[in-house]
Amino acid sequence: MTAPVYNFAYLDEQTKRMIRRAILKAIAIPGYQVPFASREMPMPYGWGTGGVQVTASIIGPDDILKVIDQGSDDTTNAVSIRKFFSRTAGVRTTTATREATVIQTRHRIPETPLTEDQVLVYQVPIPEPLRFLEPRETETRRMHALSEYGLMHVKLYEDIARHGHIATTYAYPVKVAQRYVMDPSPIPKFDNPKLTDCPALQLFGAGREKRIYAIPPYTPVVSLDFDDHPFEPYRHDAQCELCGAADSYLDEVITDDNGSRMFVCSDTDYCETRRATGKGAQQSAPATEHRS
Amino acid sequence: MIEAALVIDNQATFRALMDCMARPGEIKTLGCADAPPPLMAGTAAIMRGLADYETPVWLDGTLANPAVAEWIRFQTGAPVVTDPQRAAFALVGSGAVLPDFAAFSPGSQDYPDRSATLIVQVERFSGAMFSLTGPGIRSEGTLAAEPVPEDFAERCAANHALFPRGVDVVLVAGDRVAALPRTVRVTRKG
Repeated sequence: MTAPVYNFAYLDEQTKRMIRRAILKAIAIPGYQVPFASREMPMPYGWGTGGVQVTASIIGPDDILKVIDQGSDDTTNAVSIRKFFSRTAGVRTTTATREATVIQTRHRIPETPLTEDQVLVYQVPIPEPLRFLEPRETETRRMHALSEYGLMHVKLYEDIARHGHIATTYAYPVKVAQRYVMDPSPIPKFDNPKLTDCPALQLFGAGREKRIYAIPPYTPVVSLDFDDHPFEPYRHDAQCELCGAADSYLDEVITDDNGSRMFVCSDTDYCETRRATGKGAQQSAPATEHRS
Repeated sequence: MIEAALVIDNQATFRALMDCMARPGEIKTLGCADAPPPLMAGTAAIMRGLADYETPVWLDGTLANPAVAEWIRFQTGAPVVTDPQRAAFALVGSGAVLPDFAAFSPGSQDYPDRSATLIVQVERFSGAMFSLTGPGIRSEGTLAAEPVPEDFAERCAANHALFPRGVDVVLVAGDRVAALPRTVRVTRKG
């Protein structure tokens, strides 16, 4: 036999048990980053090794897997992770959000509302929200232990002092269940309101940094802000030029060397479903905009 | 080479337990594992799926017999310990004799994940009714279980007050399980 034979979902059973125990503790302590013995995976750090290890530990033969990268099902990262699991676990894959039971994501939450039967697995680069403010792990651990999050508010305040508004646009810090400040991974802050009271379980895996954390379903998640500068999700003031959606998160795509650009849904499944059901872009605003 | 069926069984056991932990009070059925009595099938399935050489297991008086200890050592490779503070998993044979939660490690403020998980066997999920609120529960959930101590809700409240420290409780009745993580607020109903 020449083809390599893998254990179900690639990881060995002892690794899965270790990760599964970490996941259970992560769910029991919402927003707290549980250290785990991250393994080397057959892909480089930064390509979703944390998310892949979480997915490999929870997925079963009856699951249907969807993988998105910045909302898209057809980028390299998403395609290769889907292939990885269809080869090593033999699971069915899909691009339809509604069909999936496990959704692994890099930097987006699907536009289609999630259900109780789904698990959302995030790929996380830097899990520690305080890391850029305090580089020492011993100190950030203490800060979490004491619930000492003043520094984060100082950072947001400095944004206001410098820019007149909170200029953080992605990886916008949140507080989970009134206790832990958490990095929701680099999702655009447009997605932050979807974190709270979500019917689906949300798991976060950081491979290089060796941390797993979780938001249980129906858990309050609050984006940090000030009374006089409340949190505001950001969205380009435009409609998707393919499906006409006015409520989805938009990518700005440069279309030629003259700076022409168009806005399209970042969530490809959402956009395709809308177009398939006859929601075209005919009602949409000016098609392209030229910059000189 | 690990038997393929066991790999799939362990995944199913974990997934059910994960759902229970994420949705406190929800009852799931686990795949059966043959277990030496008085170890229930559900307890055995959880042990086989999650315990290994990294997780010291503590047995209470009703379970501390050579057959159970030998089964755990042989099936999982987990050390069976007599000091409850060292236990990653603490197995309690009957909810009627549930020890004080303070006997087990609640983790530290810096590392609250280094806490014990209690697996408590009960006879059935009916009888004493408790109302549950907290993360994972939409508005208010309920769970009935017996036998549990008269002051079960108070004990859970004391455990919850330690948050983020505290123990997590898994209730097992035969092959059915429900979980009460430290986040849940438990009050006696009726």
